[in-house]
Amino acid sequence: MDALTIHRLHFAFTVTFHYIFPQLTMGLALLLVVLKTMALRTGNEHYNRAARFWARIFAINFAMGVVTGIPMEFQFGTNWARFSQAAGGVIGQTLAMEGVFSFFLESSFLGLFLFGEKKLGPKGHWLAGFLVFLGSWLSGFFIVATDAWMQHPVGYALGPHGEILLSSFWALLLNPWLLWQYLHNMTGAVVTGAFAMAAVGAFYLLVKRQEAYGQTFVRVGVIAGILSTILMLFPTGDAQGKNIAFHQPPTLAAMEGLFESAAGAPLALIGQPDVEKRRLDNPLQVPRALSFLTYQRWGAEVKGLASFPPDRWPDNIPLLYFSYHIMVGLGTIFIAVMAWAAIELWRGRLFARRKLLWLLMLAAPFPYIANTAGWITAEAGRQPWLIYGLMRTPEGVSPHVSAGNALFTLIGFMGMYAVLAMLFLFLVYREIEQGPEVA
Amino acid sequence: MPTIWFMLVAVMIAIYVVLDGFDLGAGIVQLLVARTDRERRLVLRSIGPVWDGNEVWLLAGGGTLYFAFPALYASSFSGFYLPLMMVLWLLILRGISIEFRNHIDSLVWKPFWDAVFGGASALLAIFFGAALGNVVRGVPLDSSNEFFLPLWTNFGLGRDVGILDWYTVLVAVTAFATLTVQGGLWVALKTDGGLAQRARQVALVGWWSLLPLTVVITWCSFAIQPRLSASFAARPWGYVFPLLAVAALIGMRALGRRDVAPFLCSSLYIVGMLTSAAFGLYPYVLPSNTDPALGLTVNNAAAAPYGLKVGLAWFIPGMLLAAGYFVYTYRSFAGKVALEDEGY
Repeated sequence: MDALTIHRLHFAFTVTFHYIFPQLTMGLALLLVVLKTMALRTGNEHYNRAARFWARIFAINFAMGVVTGIPMEFQFGTNWARFSQAAGGVIGQTLAMEGVFSFFLESSFLGLFLFGEKKLGPKGHWLAGFLVFLGSWLSGFFIVATDAWMQHPVGYALGPHGEILLSSFWALLLNPWLLWQYLHNMTGAVVTGAFAMAAVGAFYLLVKRQEAYGQTFVRVGVIAGILSTILMLFPTGDAQGKNIAFHQPPTLAAMEGLFESAAGAPLALIGQPDVEKRRLDNPLQVPRALSFLTYQRWGAEVKGLASFPPDRWPDNIPLLYFSYHIMVGLGTIFIAVMAWAAIELWRGRLFARRKLLWLLMLAAPFPYIANTAGWITAEAGRQPWLIYGLMRTPEGVSPHVSAGNALFTLIGFMGMYAVLAMLFLFLVYREIEQGPEVA
Repeated sequence: MPTIWFMLVAVMIAIYVVLDGFDLGAGIVQLLVARTDRERRLVLRSIGPVWDGNEVWLLAGGGTLYFAFPALYASSFSGFYLPLMMVLWLLILRGISIEFRNHIDSLVWKPFWDAVFGGASALLAIFFGAALGNVVRGVPLDSSNEFFLPLWTNFGLGRDVGILDWYTVLVAVTAFATLTVQGGLWVALKTDGGLAQRARQVALVGWWSLLPLTVVITWCSFAIQPRLSASFAARPWGYVFPLLAVAALIGMRALGRRDVAPFLCSSLYIVGMLTSAAFGLYPYVLPSNTDPALGLTVNNAAAAPYGLKVGLAWFIPGMLLAAGYFVYTYRSFAGKVALEDEGY
């Protein structure tokens, strides 16, 4: 393997592993605020105990997010030095703002939230929880702002030596790409949180333990789940798709496996792209649907990959195609599952429907897969660019860090993260096993 | 404008070292002084609510360095590739050892994480010291201001230098002693009884080793890096920084028995040493050890003026907010720690 491939794998591996944790942190932060609000409004200690239970899981998850997040900020410099040198003046802004505005907020008030319930009193504790939520969602904003600039660079000028200079701070923060990508991403985090909460609740109901809490968790999880899964599709997913269609048309064509331009282009549900022969094998398609979804006209022309020079094609079309289809397919199934559960909840029969509870419990891992597939779609879709239209991926790498050194640290991270993953699962399982009643 | 950002980044790094310094120091000290599970938990509780916030100074400082001096960030992070990655692994181990230790009450689980916590803390102190030593000594920058250093070569200061040579090892040892003192005084401040007494004892031993180390390190630094004497000769007011360090070092012993004053003196000693180094190198932020004509300065490493100007507009209110949270958090957890509290 050449150094470039290893550097790409290095970032891909560490960021994919990292994002397992913040997606639950951000989703759960919102649900913790919901539980604390219910406690405050009803004065019922039940909701405080429920919140404390999730705060314990939150704390484990948050710690994992922190320790795996620090390497991300360092890797821009260690593995992508030329990129940092050229673009640091722009994306350094959003990364530094994340540190200044969200990490300080989040870390200070998480300490208070976890250690200071008695000292703060009910309202103070609610506020601490709310500020943790605010901090984690601000953190998401600045990170997505950074990525949005790489997807769709705005507010910059080129300097005499090719360096990229920030020319408008507000353009960076009001990037048209940013709003929908942010909302889509945060909704995805709520989906993960909602499914996790519903799954733990379903587990308690199935094993007939902690049933009062099981009901609360399933109720909160399913209500948050139906809202977030629908918002995932519309308007956030739809708007994000249009962003790609207008600003990264070769990416859209690759995501859809559309090789030839077509008026009334079909939407591929299933099929395998054969890049060599430039066709989609075994396709199962909805006629004209892609044209309609993109341009709201059944007969509109959608450009296929053939109308772009191959050096502008994403460099891993099958990966992009499959990750996109996995994301959309799972998203659709999530809506169906949550809609069914919501109807049963509304009729007051959900807690007795064991098959549906089984389904809710077993569904928990899939939002992680969908969120990960979504990010692979975004990042593999940005290729062959590191900054879309401005800098190609090979140009951004650290020229003096050899393949051997990079492989050494990649293997190191793999070993370290394998251990972390086991510890995480073990400790979270113990918390679930103990349940909310102990504390 | 770049000079303002140079000062801001230097202050953030100094605050990081002071604050996370006592976390790391507590990690080192608990291995030496905490005899029972209860005492180890007391040490952990003293940093439990704040260590993560302290670590944020590293992240915020790194982020600020990134946008204010992108060329420095890119060059130094890729050049110090291996030790930085090891620092990341150690930060991971340190963080999870604090967070995971008290989840399981077992004679295998807890001692394991205590050892990881102490070992990672000690190594981090050493790595950070070596990093500082490398910046003062300079690195073999090429014409595009890039470099790559192996971990060590022959431990000499010649052309074929590594990250560890006798000088950077010496700085690393000094950093270890400094943070041990800082951690010992913190533990003494936050606990009482025999534990606090033993922590004071460790700090005292550390202090006696700091005395000669400070003298030696200062002499070696001036001998190795000629820019230092040039800077102090050109702007004699800069002597306030080393004087601050010396005064703080004396103050640690001289200023009474109370724990607050020695701890503050130890913090000021760290600030004095770091600002002395920063002042002495200025305008260089990463000098070359092979060709004095090369080297990254505040000017050739800085981002464009517009970005630096707009950055100030959000940085100042943002940091004031952050300072507010810090004051509030530390006041909430002021005083000696007790175990009967809630939390873990």
